[in-house]
Amino acid sequence: MSDRPDTPAAPEPPAEPEAGPQVGVDSWVASHEGRSGRGGLLGWLARTWESIPDAVKLLAFVGIAASLPFWLLTSEGDLFNFGLFTLLFIGFGLGLNVDVGWAGLLDLGYVAALGIGAYTYAILSSGYYGIHWPAEVTLPIAMGVAMIPATILGFSARRLLGDYLAIVTLFFAEAFLVFANVANPTIFGKGLTGGANGIPQLDPLTFFGHAITSTKGLYFFLLGAVAVVAAALYLANQSRTGRAWRASREDPLAAEVMSMPVNRLRISAFIFSWAVAGLFGAIYAAILTATVSTNFSIGLLITIYAVIILGGLGSIAGVVVGAIIINCVFVFLEPQTDHPGFKRWLFYVTIILLIALLKPWYKAVVVYVGTIASGFIVHAVVGAWAGPAWTSGKTVNGASWLSHWVVIPKVAHGNINNILYIGLVAAIVLVATLKGWWRIIALGPTLYLTAVVWENVLSENPGVTALILFGAMLVGLMITRPQGLLGQARVEIV
Amino acid sequence: MSVAPELTPLLELNKLSMSFGGLRVIDDLDLVVNQGEIVSVIGPNGAGKTTLFNLITGIYRPDAGEILLGDESLVGLSPHKINRTGVARTFQTLRLFLNMSVIENVMASQYGRTKVDVVRAMLRTPAMRREEKEIRARAEEKLTFFGQRLMGYRWNQPAYSLSYANRRRLEIARAMATEPKILLLDEPAAGMNPTETHEITELIGQLRDEGGYTILLIEHDMHVVEGISDRVVALDHGVKIAEGSFDAVATDPRVVEAYLGTKTTTTK
Repeated sequence: MSDRPDTPAAPEPPAEPEAGPQVGVDSWVASHEGRSGRGGLLGWLARTWESIPDAVKLLAFVGIAASLPFWLLTSEGDLFNFGLFTLLFIGFGLGLNVDVGWAGLLDLGYVAALGIGAYTYAILSSGYYGIHWPAEVTLPIAMGVAMIPATILGFSARRLLGDYLAIVTLFFAEAFLVFANVANPTIFGKGLTGGANGIPQLDPLTFFGHAITSTKGLYFFLLGAVAVVAAALYLANQSRTGRAWRASREDPLAAEVMSMPVNRLRISAFIFSWAVAGLFGAIYAAILTATVSTNFSIGLLITIYAVIILGGLGSIAGVVVGAIIINCVFVFLEPQTDHPGFKRWLFYVTIILLIALLKPWYKAVVVYVGTIASGFIVHAVVGAWAGPAWTSGKTVNGASWLSHWVVIPKVAHGNINNILYIGLVAAIVLVATLKGWWRIIALGPTLYLTAVVWENVLSENPGVTALILFGAMLVGLMITRPQGLLGQARVEIV
Repeated sequence: MSVAPELTPLLELNKLSMSFGGLRVIDDLDLVVNQGEIVSVIGPNGAGKTTLFNLITGIYRPDAGEILLGDESLVGLSPHKINRTGVARTFQTLRLFLNMSVIENVMASQYGRTKVDVVRAMLRTPAMRREEKEIRARAEEKLTFFGQRLMGYRWNQPAYSLSYANRRRLEIARAMATEPKILLLDEPAAGMNPTETHEITELIGQLRDEGGYTILLIEHDMHVVEGISDRVVALDHGVKIAEGSFDAVATDPRVVEAYLGTKTTTTK
């Protein structure tokens, strides 16, 4: 082309000044995140977090978790509810993160894999058939058995994606429940899965003749298992296979054309996911010392999804954070004797912190003042108008000072609780539709109404409350941080 | 052109045909791309140019005809196998792995060129570490080909943060990393400003001269086509209507007709 006289000479690209990139050039666009806020404490935290090597993060997590039984979770009950179950949820989340987070396959059959692992352990390590194989044999078998349906489902992912794959996998999960619960085929004179009663009295996890029976022992074993699986999955993700999983999630066609066998990769992602699920399902069964099909229903699936979505799809650290938050919220909302007042503190502190996020700061002050003021006004008005019977009730579990602010009737008055509840929903919808200062002003009374509903209705019904709070938490997350707490923001260019 | 190419055919299409329903998109097409050549495919919108690329890369299967790379037939192979025989492409509508980092995009496409399985990856065996090092080195080498454009701080950024022109360059780098014998570039200059277009034109020349790739190119920008093509093939309605040097094809009455219409249809 040098012999063509009419080719225009290439203008020299403008040299970038030493001080910093010019406005509008690529590196200026790239440094956008550094310039646009993320200052303050949160920004510092985010930068520090990113600068820590991943191996150090894992070691820190294991170190802190290993110390917990000695200072924070000293009681047996706490260690079981907070410690053991958080670790289980981390394990469950790690597996689901492979096919959903990395390979981008919407897998709604994951709980079936947990169930398969659990039943495999129950059949091979219990008095049910009289087979008492040790855990070092049973756990790998549980993983292997869970891989079989994973392969079959992986083949269906050759042609099915998105909603269609979700339907097929969900069907598989339901079919598994029916199989375990109703079909219960008779093998060697006994129902294979024990029907609706499940299989009771499993062996404790026994490795080379040593049975792990104490809660503390189980905790440390599970911590080790979670750490090893997390490290293995991390290394898998940082290899050519992991890159190919993510590439086939981003653009299957381009991945295929760029030498990646997308179908095979999808099957392998399913196998990885379900093998991890088989392992932790078996451990779950061993910890509960029994397995019933109802343990592996859609409720558990939704909880595990909440874990990985809250933490951030595709992030191992996100799975850990999501599991801690979700499990602790669950445990706190349960009626419990160990920490009776904790639930209330959690509720109020969360609301106060959320409002503190309002910018600029004086809006938050207005909301605080509005909330407190509307409380005293309403309390005084109701007391004067309807008489002390409407305001002299006491809060559950102490905190008597609250009953001078929150209206708590001494006895329930007809449908008042339902009316309050519906009123709260209406108020929230109203706040959502208002704009600007009107919203700020309406927030105060609405929050007060929330406190009233909480004290009168919600704290009495922990099951429903947990679900409502979960819903609210996920909706809030979707609006403010759709990628989850530690996930990478996902961008589509249209 | 300055380099006199030895005429060994690399890519050969024989009597290739493809229809969507009743619509013939590629009709009895013969095309040869020789080793070391830059061949441009031009033609109005809907002429079947991108379909041609989709046929060669295995996204579509031809109804009839042969596609040969060297001695190997590509018909019926799945796209990832075709890539491994030595065909890589870019897309007209960019299809990067947007939420992966720039360097990961170029590392990911080496999947077919590498072997270490996932079990060895989890154990980080010496073979795995060595291969991983090679993958990274090759990715860096391909990115360095683009000079300052894709250097340094950009490597660890997500691909979506790149400018449009850089995304086009990254797609070429990703295709190069599969170590192909022939590169299919689908409108590499689309959406670029004149400076960038000029740059990409030079770059395509370098790809052939320094990288040693044979290049089949779809392009609408006639400056690009004129600047680098050894040969130009004009398509219309899936039929080859002209072939030869740029000047010959550009003045061919059938090509002019395909782009502008016949005289009888004009009002004056």
